[in-house]
Amino acid sequence: MRATFAALLAAMFLLLPMAAQAQTAADILAENRDLVEKSSRQTIGPVIAALTASGDPQALTLLAAWADRGLGLRKSDGAFFLIAPDPDGYALKSPDGTEAGTAARSEIVELRPNAGVRGLIATALVEFQLSDPDRRQREAALVSVARDPSAAHLVPLRASIPAESDPALKAQKQRLERLLTLRFDADSAARVAAIQSFAGDLGLDLRGALNPLLATTYSVGTGTLPDGANVARTLRPGSDLTMDEAYALLVAADLAPARLSRTELKAALAANIVDGAVAGIPLTQLDTPQARDRAYDALEAAGAVPAAATDAEVVAAVAAHRFHAIHAEPDPAVTTAATEVLEGIELKLAAMQATDLALDALSLASIYFLAAIGLAITFGVMRVINMAHGEFIMLGAYTGYVVQLYISNYTLSILIALPLAFAVTFAAGVVMERLVIRHLYKRPLETLLATFGISIALQQLAKNIFGTQARPLTAPSWLDGALVFNDIVGISYIRIAIFVLALAFLGFFLWLMKRTRLGLEVRAVTQNPTMAASMGINPDRINMLTFGLGSGIAGIAGVAIGLFAKVTSELGSDYIVQSFMTVVVGGVGNIWGALAGALMIGTLQKGIEWLNPSNTLAAQTYMILFIILFIQFRPRGIIALKGRAAGD
Amino acid sequence: MTRTFLSRNPSVLWFLLALALFTLAITLMSEAYGSALVSTSFVKTLGKTLCLCLVALAMDLVWGYAGILSLGHMAFFALGGYMIGMWLMYARTEGIVVAALANEVLPATAEEIRQGIASQIFGVVGASELPPIWAFAHSLPLQLMLVVAVPGVLALVFGWLAFRSRVTGVYLSILTQAMTLAAALYLFQNDSGLRGNNGLSGLQNLPGLDQIPQADLSIWFFWASAAALALVYVGLAWIVSGKFGSVIRAIRDDEQRVRFLGYSVEGYKLFVFTLTAVIAAIAGALYYPQAGIINPAELAPIASIYLAVWVAIGGRGRLYGAVIGAAFVSLLSSWFTGGRAPSVNLGVYTVNWVDWWQILLGLSFVLVTLFAPKGIGGLFDLVQGLRHPNRHGTALGPDDGALMEKEAVE
Repeated sequence: MRATFAALLAAMFLLLPMAAQAQTAADILAENRDLVEKSSRQTIGPVIAALTASGDPQALTLLAAWADRGLGLRKSDGAFFLIAPDPDGYALKSPDGTEAGTAARSEIVELRPNAGVRGLIATALVEFQLSDPDRRQREAALVSVARDPSAAHLVPLRASIPAESDPALKAQKQRLERLLTLRFDADSAARVAAIQSFAGDLGLDLRGALNPLLATTYSVGTGTLPDGANVARTLRPGSDLTMDEAYALLVAADLAPARLSRTELKAALAANIVDGAVAGIPLTQLDTPQARDRAYDALEAAGAVPAAATDAEVVAAVAAHRFHAIHAEPDPAVTTAATEVLEGIELKLAAMQATDLALDALSLASIYFLAAIGLAITFGVMRVINMAHGEFIMLGAYTGYVVQLYISNYTLSILIALPLAFAVTFAAGVVMERLVIRHLYKRPLETLLATFGISIALQQLAKNIFGTQARPLTAPSWLDGALVFNDIVGISYIRIAIFVLALAFLGFFLWLMKRTRLGLEVRAVTQNPTMAASMGINPDRINMLTFGLGSGIAGIAGVAIGLFAKVTSELGSDYIVQSFMTVVVGGVGNIWGALAGALMIGTLQKGIEWLNPSNTLAAQTYMILFIILFIQFRPRGIIALKGRAAGD
Repeated sequence: MTRTFLSRNPSVLWFLLALALFTLAITLMSEAYGSALVSTSFVKTLGKTLCLCLVALAMDLVWGYAGILSLGHMAFFALGGYMIGMWLMYARTEGIVVAALANEVLPATAEEIRQGIASQIFGVVGASELPPIWAFAHSLPLQLMLVVAVPGVLALVFGWLAFRSRVTGVYLSILTQAMTLAAALYLFQNDSGLRGNNGLSGLQNLPGLDQIPQADLSIWFFWASAAALALVYVGLAWIVSGKFGSVIRAIRDDEQRVRFLGYSVEGYKLFVFTLTAVIAAIAGALYYPQAGIINPAELAPIASIYLAVWVAIGGRGRLYGAVIGAAFVSLLSSWFTGGRAPSVNLGVYTVNWVDWWQILLGLSFVLVTLFAPKGIGGLFDLVQGLRHPNRHGTALGPDDGALMEKEAVE
């Protein structure tokens, strides 16, 4: 790579005088016809450089056409044409841009540059694009340079900055220029200055540029280091790297013989069997490693096999050598500056990551809260355990899906789906309460089982109607994307919407329970149904409404959850255990408890996932274990009811 | 007080008689020892059903008698299966590896054999070392000990933690459900040391008994399952008919009052919980060699809820009820989901039972809970002409979980 760029740069300087003669691009092509026709990465550099340097506006068109198989050679006279497919064969344009009629397919040789040549052309094109009048072209060029930076881009990038009119693009260009400088500039001081100018920057691109500078390789030697080696650190075998690793480095550097592996030992023994014995030891006895080692030693003494390194020899060989980690970057000033800047960034980075984690935890907590708030009403207030709660969530999600089948405007369909989901699950909840739960108020364990029966029936019913495959519930486009603060901290709009929805429900619930007649009656019936009844409240009606309300909120939660999870018949059962734990951990009978429980479970799960990022299953396991232990210390949850309301 | 155990519990004799007759009949109809009327796979299904009856007995003791609705007993069942599965898989792989290494020129070292087994068993999850939990897998007696010890200790620790902090009622149910979910999620990981979601397979082949046909093995396991069921039934019937049984029933009906009478409620509950976990584990150890494969999905919370469903439909609070419920529902379930039940053509819609069985089960479960809390077992009361006085009573105890007077059978 590097050699090619060097050659390219050299060629550019050599050909500069040619540009002064104001050759047209067409002339350059014609002059170098053989090189262009049989182009290869090694030879084509000067031609491309000459085209670039010609100053001919047509050069850009020609280069682009060339890379895109739009350049052809007429067989009869070897003239170049810009070609485009046409019913008759090719429509031709001469290199200076004038129409040149058509030609049959057989008369034209289409030039097909290989990938290497196309890469060179693309680099050359970037130079033009960086100063292109079209803003989009310049932006695309910046993206392509940032994706695949190389030393060759540095000069044209710098050249394009003063003329840049768009301030945003100018800032981007300047940043990219500094990123390229710190990697590719010839001047060490300029690189150090560029690196230091980034102190405290959190961009991913910066870390992407700095990390290769600090890449190290291991070096082994007996005495002095090679000249100009930029030593990162000296490695001590035993602490910085294991004995085996150290010896493997020695073997790789041809400084020591390889150790004998068990398989090789076995093969060596098998090759030296004489009369059913190896070196006098019968085969049947060779079933322990010690016996095999003895046999090999005997063979070694007899000269039948090459000597293998013994453990003592390995220790001696490792001790006789020194191990260093060497920076691939030869300039110590640059690596020192890069290390310092990276260290400075790290602390800030950790803080940002913690913020991001907190946002993640918050959004997970709001999901759990949404899923659990209905339960907090039915389980928490009414003490009715509803295993079909998860299925109400599923029902809400499917309602959203069905609405979207009929209304294609996603914003409108979500706005319709939310109240409709509430209505559907409210009705389902009321029916269930009237038919089943009402008869089981005194037998909570059996409510659990009966509602579980309803749960499996509903799940199977959904499977029969909607099939087993996941159904999409699409969010409106204004919820796409994410609110990005910097390269680390960001949160998707859907999650923000769910957070807002959770807050709204918290507010709604508080208003309903504390400020309305219904809430007053609900609280009265919860505390003492008999007394409430004698005050003229109809407990049956209140229970029915409360249960319907809890179920209805589950339906709305279902729409929200369906927006980011696939809607399947198992949607609800994925959340039911977590929802119950949210309520139990938080403290039954209290909305603040559910909130605290959701926050705790969300934070805990994200925290454990962060500690062990490869394994979300383990995170859930440990979270559940933690909750089981937590219940030991606060059996009634974080916020426990006291006094008579606690029920015992 | 001079009456014997059996005369006080005539149902035990009837149960043993029915079980013996059933075992004899199946043996005489099996492919191995009889007229081959019953296929080997159906013998296996029946054997597995007997194991499910066994775990249902455990569930009945812990829920129907002691009032602890555990939604985690299938975890103990599956753990028992895993423990026996480890030995089955290790021993069988050992045989294969030793046979393969015998072709080599040099005799294999113990290390090579261990390596071979490890890479055979754990190749699928990309590991080549035997995890430490397989340390005992080479020995049948040690592993059999673990069948009892691992679920037993787990139940002991979990129960101790839960009962000492007085977690009761639905809270306990949710906690046990969380426990089984945690165990399932843990086993689903590839580095759990039990082959992740691949589970353990090939368990139907007993090491060293390769030449014996599956027809014979299936009937042996059927006998073993029947014997275990009979033993545990008699044992549990003896336990619940004595003073111990009275105490745990009292705990079910009013825990507080029993505590005030000076009984160590936590001790009793812990004993029942652990004992039933061990019974469940033994049932699992008999079940999975017949099923042939075990994976973490067996620990899913839903399995334990089904266990509660069986016991509820069969009739909790009586041992034969649990057995009937488990046998009836699981056999019916496999009949319906196996596609053997005829579809019902309603003209506009054809009811395909594979799709509709779950709905039928769910709804009938609701109906049983609502209208027949005594389950199928309640039918026997009708036959015996047992009638309970129609007391419109209040609950027997202040706890929400206490039975109403009219439900209290004993």
